[in-house]
Amino acid sequence: MRTMLFSLVSTLAVAAALPAFAADKLTIYTYESFTSEWGPGPQVKKAFEAECGCEVDFVSVADGVALLNRVKLEGKSTKADIVLGLDTNLTAEAKETGLFAPSGVDLTNVKVPGGWSDDTFVPFDYGYFAVIYNTETLKNPPKSLKELVDGDANEKIAIQDPRTSTPGLGLLLWVKSVYGDKAPEAWAKLKNRVLTVTPGWSESYGLFTKGEAPMVLSYTTSPAYHMVAEKTDKYQAAPFEEGHYLQVEVAGITTTGAENPLAKKFMEFMVSPGFQDTIPETNWMFPAGKTEKPLDPAFDRLVKPAKTLAISAEDITANRKAWVEEWLGVMSK
Amino acid sequence: MNSPMRPGGVDIRLEEVTFTYEDMRMRFDATIEAGQITSVMGASGAGKSTFLNLVAGFETATSGRVLIGGADVTAAPPSARPISMVFQENNLFAHLTVEQNVGLGRSPALKLAEADRTDIADALGRTGLAGKERRLPRELSGGERQRVAIARVLVRDRPVLLLDEPFASLGPALREDMVDLVMSVHRERGMTVVFVTHQPEDARRIGGNLLFLEQGKVIAAGKTEEFFGKNGPEAFRNYIGTGNAEPQSQEFARKPT
Amino acid sequence: MSPQATEGGAGGSAGLDPKSSTAASPPPPAFGRTLPSRGREARDSRITAGVIALGAIAILIGGAFVGLILEGVNDLSGAIAAFDGYLFRVARFTLWQAALSTLFSVVPALFVARALSRHPHFPGRGLILRLFAVPLALPAIVAALGVLALYGRAGYLAGLLTKISGGDWPGIYGLSGILVAHVFFNLPLATRLFLEALNAVPTDQWRLASQLGMSARAGFRLIEWPALRASLPGVAGLVFMLCITSFTIVLTLGGGPRASTLEVAIYQSLRFDFDPARAVALTLLQILLTLAVVAVLMRLGANVTGDANLSVAPRRYISSGRGETALDAALIALGLAFVAGPMLATVLSGLESDLMRLAGEATVQSAAATSLILACLAALLCVMLTLALAMARRALQLQRKAAGEKSFLEHMTDTGAGFVLVVPPIVIGAGWFVLLRHAGNVFALAPVMVVTVNAVMAMPFALRAVRPAYDAASERHERLCAQLGIRGWSRLRLIEWPVLRRPLSTAFAFAMALSLGDLGVIALFGSDSVQTLPYLLLARMGAYRTADAAGLALLLGLICLALMALADRLGKDTAQ
Repeated sequence: MRTMLFSLVSTLAVAAALPAFAADKLTIYTYESFTSEWGPGPQVKKAFEAECGCEVDFVSVADGVALLNRVKLEGKSTKADIVLGLDTNLTAEAKETGLFAPSGVDLTNVKVPGGWSDDTFVPFDYGYFAVIYNTETLKNPPKSLKELVDGDANEKIAIQDPRTSTPGLGLLLWVKSVYGDKAPEAWAKLKNRVLTVTPGWSESYGLFTKGEAPMVLSYTTSPAYHMVAEKTDKYQAAPFEEGHYLQVEVAGITTTGAENPLAKKFMEFMVSPGFQDTIPETNWMFPAGKTEKPLDPAFDRLVKPAKTLAISAEDITANRKAWVEEWLGVMSK
Repeated sequence: MNSPMRPGGVDIRLEEVTFTYEDMRMRFDATIEAGQITSVMGASGAGKSTFLNLVAGFETATSGRVLIGGADVTAAPPSARPISMVFQENNLFAHLTVEQNVGLGRSPALKLAEADRTDIADALGRTGLAGKERRLPRELSGGERQRVAIARVLVRDRPVLLLDEPFASLGPALREDMVDLVMSVHRERGMTVVFVTHQPEDARRIGGNLLFLEQGKVIAAGKTEEFFGKNGPEAFRNYIGTGNAEPQSQEFARKPT
Repeated sequence: MSPQATEGGAGGSAGLDPKSSTAASPPPPAFGRTLPSRGREARDSRITAGVIALGAIAILIGGAFVGLILEGVNDLSGAIAAFDGYLFRVARFTLWQAALSTLFSVVPALFVARALSRHPHFPGRGLILRLFAVPLALPAIVAALGVLALYGRAGYLAGLLTKISGGDWPGIYGLSGILVAHVFFNLPLATRLFLEALNAVPTDQWRLASQLGMSARAGFRLIEWPALRASLPGVAGLVFMLCITSFTIVLTLGGGPRASTLEVAIYQSLRFDFDPARAVALTLLQILLTLAVVAVLMRLGANVTGDANLSVAPRRYISSGRGETALDAALIALGLAFVAGPMLATVLSGLESDLMRLAGEATVQSAAATSLILACLAALLCVMLTLALAMARRALQLQRKAAGEKSFLEHMTDTGAGFVLVVPPIVIGAGWFVLLRHAGNVFALAPVMVVTVNAVMAMPFALRAVRPAYDAASERHERLCAQLGIRGWSRLRLIEWPVLRRPLSTAFAFAMALSLGDLGVIALFGSDSVQTLPYLLLARMGAYRTADAAGLALLLGLICLALMALADRLGKDTAQ
């Protein structure tokens, strides 16, 4: 009701005020694939603009890490009202900057594995890292991270570099959460199975679909794309006994945005079906809130992790550098 | 620069000019009379070209002064000196027509007025190139190319003309014609002409004065006929050979451009 | 060294005085009155142009450094900590792979270029030369995938290679993969640059050679090799710089962080850690290492400058025997196969995509238009910078005494400017971003940055194409221009432009191709304002649309090929 009233008032205000009124604009910093033509961006923009009678301005940079750097660099003078696309590996670091304000969003409708209680950042989708394999070339995919580590070194996997890529960091944390202090030994074994370590996700996934490697590190949701868009079951995720590492993508209001009423309105919109409906088949991730449309049946066929693995944002911020160094030490031998 | 120079030439003086090229130290002290033709001779490496380059401004003297018409031009750039020059080769821009190449003598930006065009046509007629205005240098013979250069000298109309072995690559008959052309241009304009040559017969045909260079120095100067007379300097007689029939210059059969 | 071989160089410097320096100063009002006094150096406007160009480049690079240093000066710990054992291993590997890549690119290129120059007329020659420019325009990942399509574990040749090697073909991951991909990129580039050098050998030398009855072997030793040797350090230096900064190829084909380059560390320090001090320290290390290697190369290559020759359309007088022709044909075929193989693989996978739909998409069309416009502007700026540098270098060379030491300025217009290649674009982008972030709309500057950085990065290549031609033209025209007082704009319009049209259009096309494939600069500025074709390509690849990406790669290659054809045509109009 309040929302309706607010939107009514703001619509009236828009009608009354000059079209170029500053508060009519909402600036959102996000990552590129979000705003690309198949990303959620275009639909989200359209839907929210219709609802608020305002103008949404997306500014996109390469990925979540670039996003945080960008905001850090701009500091208090940032034009961003909202930063959308950080993940849980970055939230602690982001909070430390003091550039983000409490969201004030009601989180009851937010559904992510393990629950959510952060007052600053609000999730908009999530996914699990997974090893995707080619069912035609790999008959016996590993059933656990241990099997991946100890398995046949001739069956290769393409992974990403944790220094330059989010999934790369994801695998590092995954191994860390399963092996703990024994992670270096695990990497030393896994190294022999690694075909190559690419700078980004695109390169390794490209190698995988070209047939260079039968396995690649990606998300449990990746097969959904191939099933829905390409109508093929060829690529599947391998369920791992130890569980899968979770990635939650979030958005936060900046101190600049705290003064723009549209910012909070957008965050509320973000956890509503109007936004969440677009996520599965544009971002190829799981929605973090209620959707109106049912998900494509393909999503039901995706791997459901036996256990959700996650390391706290604070631990990651404190240890990321050391862990990457450790990884580098093993992998560069 | 378009205003025609006053007729007649100016004198050229090199006052204790020194210059070092690689290991060779040169020292020139010479006066070239105004309005006369002076031939410069000497063995290869004697410094003839350097001498000319110092006058033209392509080399700058280490010490001493170069005076043209009484003005100190020691440090002046080539184009600021009252000089026209014809080189042995590369006198023409290969991509420009005969007319354009001559026109550059009047305006370095090729901005030509109607009067300029008339002058260019006259100069081309005067040098026997009428009808070849639109040709490109590659469509001309070696002799014709040098004629274009001389036509440009006419259009440029400076009180000093320097010629650096301009006809070395031409046959004897053609060379005679060209020497005659230079002489008639000189008669007409009365400019000071400095002519570097290897060919004793060229110098002889021209008459006038002669400077003889050896190892970077002017070792003899005077009337050309005196050089060729019985009492000519010994070094000069050695250079041209006693019989005077086989000049040494045959050693360099430079190709036409 | 034979007399014939040295004739061009020595004759040139002896016959043409090395010091027709004072070409430009305002004409005196009248002769006999005020003339420039002895003490005043009459300044050549060409040197001024070169100084302006260098200044612009220095501002671009220096500004970025200033930005990063100001930002990072508070925390130098990262910069110091960067110099650990891993870094030294990385530095060693960086140098090692770059040196090998250079060797394997440049040496075969010498022979392929020679074979091509000996046979100036055979069907398909023009196409080969145009194809040789295409790798430049391909984003590294496209090239890497192309190379893998051939030599990878699942490549077309995997079956054959499995039979030969006796076991399962392990692919070419590791140093070998890096080398193959680098050679794919750089062999054609080096070939084209060497060919330019060979084309500058004056016809006279060939006439003389044929007159003396030189064999093909002697012709190589006495005529071609001196020309190639003169351009060898420059070309090798260029290739080395490209390889030392290699990033995607080294990581993707290197097989793991064992194979890593300093560039990766720089990228990491800016992208992940945002540690500007460290980025600057690593960039400086990269520049220093390159400087050391280039200095060695210069020593190997004899006198690099002052060897300008008459650039006459080459006519070959040495007739090749049947055996030599066959050998040349084999060399060309081999070079072509090596370059065309991965390209063919790229074409084949591109054809699998829905090209018609792609070409019809508004996004693709607008990205193509954006790419072309930006590349065109970058190429224009690049050619201007290049010409200014080439002119200034020549003017400075003429100004100094024959045996005099090169001034710092001359070094800068010569090899110095090439070092921009080892400054990672991300460093420039980040530095300027830091400087400008508080000044108005930074996003609006993205296109400006893309154009400038690409122009500057393409300049060293353009310089290789333009400089020999400029020097040769100057060799012929310098005295005449000085004598007739043709200078400044008139000289550019009447004398240089008609002669340099061909090399300038080659340089333009090269610069355009390079800019077309670029991705580097936009990263920090935000890409919304500048959606280029390679960007779109990576975006589609990043969104599972591999087929679209392959189609776009093909499109990019075709555009590049068309550009090269256009450049050839533009250049031909005045070629005599």
